[in-house]
Amino acid sequence: MAHHHDNDKEIHYVGDSRVVQKTERLVPKDYSEFPGKTEAFFPNFLLKEWMVAVVVLVGFMALVMAEEPPLGAQADPTNTGFLPVPDWYFLFLYELLKFKWASGPYVVVGTVIVPMLAFGSLFLVPWLDTGKERRPMKRPVTIGIMFLALIGSVVLTWVAWDEHEKQLASLPKGEAEAKIVDQKDPAFDIYKNNACVNCHGQKLEGLQGPPLRGVGDAYTPDEIISIMNEGKGKMPAGMFQGTALEKEQLADWLAKQKTGRKMSEEQ
Amino acid sequence: MLKNTYEWLDKRLDITPMWRDIADHEVPEHVNPAHHFSAFIYCFGGLTFFIVVIQILSGMFLALYYVPDIQNAWKSVDYLQNEIAFGQIVRGMHHWGASVSIVMLFLHTLRVFFTGSYKHPREFNWVIGMSIFFVMLGLGFTGYLLPWDNKAYFATKVGIQIAASVPVIGSAIATFLQGGEIVGAQTLARFFALHVFFLPAILLLLLGVHFVLIRRQGISGPL
Repeated sequence: MAHHHDNDKEIHYVGDSRVVQKTERLVPKDYSEFPGKTEAFFPNFLLKEWMVAVVVLVGFMALVMAEEPPLGAQADPTNTGFLPVPDWYFLFLYELLKFKWASGPYVVVGTVIVPMLAFGSLFLVPWLDTGKERRPMKRPVTIGIMFLALIGSVVLTWVAWDEHEKQLASLPKGEAEAKIVDQKDPAFDIYKNNACVNCHGQKLEGLQGPPLRGVGDAYTPDEIISIMNEGKGKMPAGMFQGTALEKEQLADWLAKQKTGRKMSEEQ
Repeated sequence: MLKNTYEWLDKRLDITPMWRDIADHEVPEHVNPAHHFSAFIYCFGGLTFFIVVIQILSGMFLALYYVPDIQNAWKSVDYLQNEIAFGQIVRGMHHWGASVSIVMLFLHTLRVFFTGSYKHPREFNWVIGMSIFFVMLGLGFTGYLLPWDNKAYFATKVGIQIAASVPVIGSAIATFLQGGEIVGAQTLARFFALHVFFLPAILLLLLGVHFVLIRRQGISGPL
């Protein structure tokens, strides 16, 4: 127990353990060495951090309440027309792979070399930028490279997003974007309990029959009722087996299925 | 009463030093937004942790309803979003929180980069921080598949194709991620396990090391 007080010995131990005491350590500066007013982490400083967090939380919850989280139609691996898009923070990589020098036979440039260089140097930056200087204005090379990388990533992300939007706009209008309006309406259950669902799908997405999402852009309730009665195209007449009241409710609800976009074709 | 309880515990567990390590230390002026408004840039790290806590809590509640199989995954998400009270809010928090946490983490990384805080003696904590960034991107990638809608399915398919184009190890990565030849039932189960067990465990471990190192080394000084 007494051995660590014995300064003549060459090896010193921590407490009564067999852990060797190190002579040199990187002890952080005492806070009294910092200029200005310090304050206790708990509760004083934590309260201030919490106030910043509350401001962020209010903004965040406003976003959550204003924007419904998107949920598209159930995954259908046989859907060949779907335009894939990764989450926004992977878009820069997605766009990088569209360059001629980073795709096809050179895909290794896009998948390995460029990301490895970028993220590898980011990982190892403490050993690449070893100077003592910390102020950004005094580190022009490091900061310059970072700025170029940032601008590059932002531009790639923006280009990828822009391209995706344009491709989406050029797709034939269809079920992919239109949402079911007023899902909780009892008319939706009427729809599901009738033969309609067999051809137009559980979610109005269309199977053998066309999708019914956005059908309100094209037809009024009366027109929908006449289609139910007389059929249209491959759809036979008299498919709707419910009561007249149900038929009316369903037609009203279907007519509400508007996307807000104008119909270009005549009916 | 409270004091007695504390003393009873302290006598046996010696918790005062732990309390001192966790809570009772001075914070310097240059990181305090109450003294300098511009010091809010030092809040991004704490805010990232705050959003991560929101992600963990909202994720726990989503797990009450979510079913990780290809027949029911989409249906369970649809149900919890449209039928369960506050389901849309909880899913919204998890969905938007994923993006916000990446943004916060990005801002925190930039703050540390531009203030040169990664320099001696904090090199190792920078590496831990970058590892946290990659774990978070992994959480984003695996979580994206779970709602099992078309967007999720095809984005994952493309992501795995990109991984598969890596020379030598590409097909091994793709097989590991897919759990088979196609993006299907195995992939969903696998991504669920990664998203809910493996990656959060690694994340919490790394966060713990990150925080211990900050306490050991102190915050970097003013510029």
